Amino acid sequence: MRAVSQPKLKLAIGLGATCSGCDMAIVDLAEKLTDVFKAVDVVFWPTASDQKLEELERLPDGSVDVCFYHGSIANEENKEIAELLRKKAKTMIAFGACACHGGIPGLANLTTTKELFATVYKETPSTENPDFKQPSIDTTVSGYSLHLPEKFDTVQCLHSCVNVDYFLPGCPPEVPLVEKAIEAITTGKLPEKGATLAPNRILCDECPRERQEKKISKIFRIHQTIPDQEKCFLDQGIICSGPSTRMGCGAKCIAANMPCRGCMGPTSKALDQGAKMIASLGSILGLEGEESMSEDQVKQLVDQIKDPLGTFYMFTLPSSILKRRNMTQK
Amino acid sequence: MTEMADRFEPQILGFLCNWCSYAGADLAGTSRTQYSPNIRIIRVMCSGRVDPTFVLLALKNGADGVLIAGCHPPSDCHYLTGNLKARRRYHLLLKLLDQLGIERQRVRLEWISASEGEKFARVVNEFTEQIRALGPNPLKAS
Repeated sequence: MRAVSQPKLKLAIGLGATCSGCDMAIVDLAEKLTDVFKAVDVVFWPTASDQKLEELERLPDGSVDVCFYHGSIANEENKEIAELLRKKAKTMIAFGACACHGGIPGLANLTTTKELFATVYKETPSTENPDFKQPSIDTTVSGYSLHLPEKFDTVQCLHSCVNVDYFLPGCPPEVPLVEKAIEAITTGKLPEKGATLAPNRILCDECPRERQEKKISKIFRIHQTIPDQEKCFLDQGIICSGPSTRMGCGAKCIAANMPCRGCMGPTSKALDQGAKMIASLGSILGLEGEESMSEDQVKQLVDQIKDPLGTFYMFTLPSSILKRRNMTQK
Repeated sequence: MTEMADRFEPQILGFLCNWCSYAGADLAGTSRTQYSPNIRIIRVMCSGRVDPTFVLLALKNGADGVLIAGCHPPSDCHYLTGNLKARRRYHLLLKLLDQLGIERQRVRLEWISASEGEKFARVVNEFTEQIRALGPNPLKAS
């Protein structure tokens, strides 16, 4: 039994540009949550309780033992919360794909805030906004001045903004990984700082599907075909990010007959998930008689992949080598 | 002389395969063929060893152009299919560069055999002029 005198660990859970699916990943611990609460005091979790940022501000610096941060850094407020949490917590864990790698919001790095607002508030067919009203940072309404946090042109992952101790990837992190992480925290058995709290091998290593010597000549998007349940997606010509993605999710999408989209990010051995995916696809795309094909024919083969960036960097553009689209070109 | 100093001198990184293109570059050297000094060569065992990560890192670190050179298809590759893999990766990488807003002309794939010293020199000269016309790598400033 736990000694009464032993103080509980203090945990804070903060959020940035997030869908809050990561909060659900914590709630999904279900009955195990009661065990967690026996060992841990949650001092800040605005999604689950009506807490304001001031409450976090009032806590002494370094008084929180562990904090989870989920979501990417897309605006001023996200950054402020990340910095505040960093100051208050001894150990900071990037929780989920957005915090670890930038996530889906990171695809905003293909454009700028200006273009993004134009699309959202003006150009979409269902938008009726003749005066092009859009969010402005400071507004005065009947004598009150209102401030909205400024959206950054470049979305960042958490470790581009503050020092991060551990990474727990996934969209959202799978329950067994969350459980293991919490166990490591409460028993004081966290690995060396900087580690990712998931196995460091690729998804193909835990994928149950049957693999053959690959020769893909036709590429299908998932809606264009009905995949065989037993065979490797890539063998069937369906792009699956397994070869460039860290394992640990239990291959759940694969079990649901959907190819991997790469939410666990790359392993520590790969700098850039998309580049690695191009490298591995380069090894397995191929045709009979390719040796004698012209450059144009090879190009046609490769052109079947319509959106390499969106496919290979769906979750990791802000933590990739180039981080964003270069906007100086026309 | 002042005119020369004002001219933009591209920095080009070349990944040359050990068996064909590096030997081709060597032949250009031993034959004393003159070519642009803008290329810096890294010898790799095979053009199939050139991970797209290398190219992105080179561009990130300010290279104005990246040349990948390997053995002629169909069958010159010492490892049988390394050059074919390089070719598939190259075409996929070009599509990615379009999406990332980097001019695809900055990356070039060429087949240069051990006997093609002249071709190596010509490719380097052409590529240097092409990059010079294109201007500096836009990522350099940031």
